Amino acid sequence: MNQNIIVTISPHIKSKNTIQKVMLDVIIACIPVMLASFYFYKTNAIKLISACVFFSCATEYVFQKITKRKNTINDLSAVVTGILLAFCLPPKLPLWIAGLGAIFSIAVGKQIFGGIGYNPFNPALIGRAFLQVSWPKEMGYWTSPFDGITSATPLTISKLNLSEKLPDFFDMFLGNIPGSLGETSKIAIILGALYLLMRKQIKLYTPFSYILSAMVLSLILKSNPVFHILTGGLFLGAFFMATDPVTTPITNAGKIIFGIGCGFLTILIRIKGGFPEGVCYSILIMNMFTPIIDKITKVKRFGSER
Amino acid sequence: MDTFNFSGGIHPPELKNQTKDLSIKEFPVPEKVVIPLSQHTGAPAIPIVQKGDIVVAGQKIGESQGKISANVHSSISGEVVDILPYNHPVVNKPVPAIIVKSDGKNFQIEIKKTYWDYYRYSPQDIIKVIQEAGIVGLGGAAFPTHVKLSPPKEKEIDTLLLNGCECEPCLTCDDRLMQENPKEIIEGMKIIMFILNIHKGIVVIEDNKKNAIEAINKIVFLEPNISVKIVKTKYPQGAEKQLIKTVLNREVPSGGLPFDVGVIVQNVGTSYAIYQAVVKGLPLTSRVITVAGDFISNPGNYRVPIGTLASDILSYCGYKPEEKPHKIIFGGPMMGISQGILDVPILKGTSGIIVQESKNIQFFSEYDNCIHCGKCVDVCPMELMPNFLSYYAEHMLWEKCKEFFPNDCIECGCCAYECPAKRPIVQHIKLAKFYLSKK
Repeated sequence: MNQNIIVTISPHIKSKNTIQKVMLDVIIACIPVMLASFYFYKTNAIKLISACVFFSCATEYVFQKITKRKNTINDLSAVVTGILLAFCLPPKLPLWIAGLGAIFSIAVGKQIFGGIGYNPFNPALIGRAFLQVSWPKEMGYWTSPFDGITSATPLTISKLNLSEKLPDFFDMFLGNIPGSLGETSKIAIILGALYLLMRKQIKLYTPFSYILSAMVLSLILKSNPVFHILTGGLFLGAFFMATDPVTTPITNAGKIIFGIGCGFLTILIRIKGGFPEGVCYSILIMNMFTPIIDKITKVKRFGSER
Repeated sequence: MDTFNFSGGIHPPELKNQTKDLSIKEFPVPEKVVIPLSQHTGAPAIPIVQKGDIVVAGQKIGESQGKISANVHSSISGEVVDILPYNHPVVNKPVPAIIVKSDGKNFQIEIKKTYWDYYRYSPQDIIKVIQEAGIVGLGGAAFPTHVKLSPPKEKEIDTLLLNGCECEPCLTCDDRLMQENPKEIIEGMKIIMFILNIHKGIVVIEDNKKNAIEAINKIVFLEPNISVKIVKTKYPQGAEKQLIKTVLNREVPSGGLPFDVGVIVQNVGTSYAIYQAVVKGLPLTSRVITVAGDFISNPGNYRVPIGTLASDILSYCGYKPEEKPHKIIFGGPMMGISQGILDVPILKGTSGIIVQESKNIQFFSEYDNCIHCGKCVDVCPMELMPNFLSYYAEHMLWEKCKEFFPNDCIECGCCAYECPAKRPIVQHIKLAKFYLSKK
């Protein structure tokens, strides 16, 4: 028998798509946002992003060594988690806190559940939620772009009715406002999202239903809808977090339900809740509903009664 | 005519250029043929010859038994040297087969009666002729044709679809057959339409086969009841249910068959075989296969006696045992079965032999976790949720699998083709089907 004949299963040709390429696309989509954060926050942004990426990758490596699992550092998902975590941190956060957040993201947010694919929650947001409750003071320390002077975010201003003047919508769209590293510049986020759309890595169902439902609820609660979608992490959450394949529903109908839930919860937390910002928690809460949404939105199969 | 579409589907590389311009050549008579008694869906045939008997090409050597079964015929003349279990390309365990050693003279059986004037007979007589000739569906599933042509009385069939899509990459045998024997194919089609008393026949061809469309069109324009439908090139366009959906916008119900929506689908190769059997009186003893791929110096489309061993075909086509790892695939690269040994015969349902150099071989156990991306759900032509089927089958939760209808899966492989985690989704679903059928 010829030893060089190989028997494998069909299909014998496969697309060139791999998890690594999916993650690489997400990283490429993050580049405009990264550039915007470098522009606004200079070295702080570079330091924060590198620290988060380094600690996530290191945690993934060490965890898989200790638990003797297959090493998945090559699939770049830890890099993505690190970048996304850094995007939702305040620019002047001490690096050791950011590092702890990255370690928590990977270890508790992802690896404990069995690694990529099995995590019920978005790891980057788990890390952020952990930091938010553990170091509320540092996580609430916002600085304005360029000069780094302490100042409140627009959401805090409107929440606490501070005397400071709200920035105009054009500055909000460009990103010239205080806020987390990656969330301020809406134009950069849209550029990145366009790339992901072009590469068919995300679908518009979740972001659209997220943004629309947030606008609708803020109208109902007599708040300015444009202000709400342009401030805080809503765009970052809608295009980069709520479209994470692992933790969101799989069908188009499910994605719409997920987006609506996120939008409503975000505005509820912002206007009625105790926090000025609700994107992180709303997505985490909706992550919990993903299995149920998947269950009730099964696709109608070919040849069944429609 | 309106154009409809089925949901999902993929666009794999076509890879047809190697053989699509090579005309069909007769394959020389091999030294021996191995004719398995089970080449079709249903019960295996019973041998009616004994060791030492002298047979001629076209002589019936296996008699069908039971309702769903088919006769088998010797494809060459010579001596029956043995009847024993032999390697089988599909079942992957030895299956009883009749081995015929050639006498080199290739005597043909004497044709007693032809039915060129088939319209003077009753449809039942013609079905008997087809049954006697051992014709099965040549598209791959090898379902006995005479059974397909005798649908239950209460089902009204109004349309015949002749499947010339050939959506599998690499394969060009149906394409060539349509270019070279369009007249016979259409004549076979008319025989089927006569048997079932239907007055609407459509030849369905993918738009990448310009020459075949032209050849068929030249014949069809003389036929009032037959038309040609050009469909988009997309895999799996040639799958029965998807074909009906595309052409007629009718949806075969889950677990149902095409005649539930008044349609019968036949492959162009089958139509040709029916013509040969009815008009020329020849049983099904040969078929056209595509031999293509890497390490093949003499690729092409060959009319090969059924039962010819893969090793004979490959060495004729210039294949030498290679140092580099490679695969030998029976059928197309999407649904074909890779063979571990070359000592296996060509069956009635084998549409090609593809040799593939495997640079990145992926074995069954090497795959990543599902990342829930939903690509498989998007491309599934049966609109199932392969991700959940694969996930639950991986954890052997068969009852859970049942909620996602594994039995609707046509095993086309679109999901596994697209999966970024390279999960063996089709095999997981096959496992689920297997365990659920055992319960």
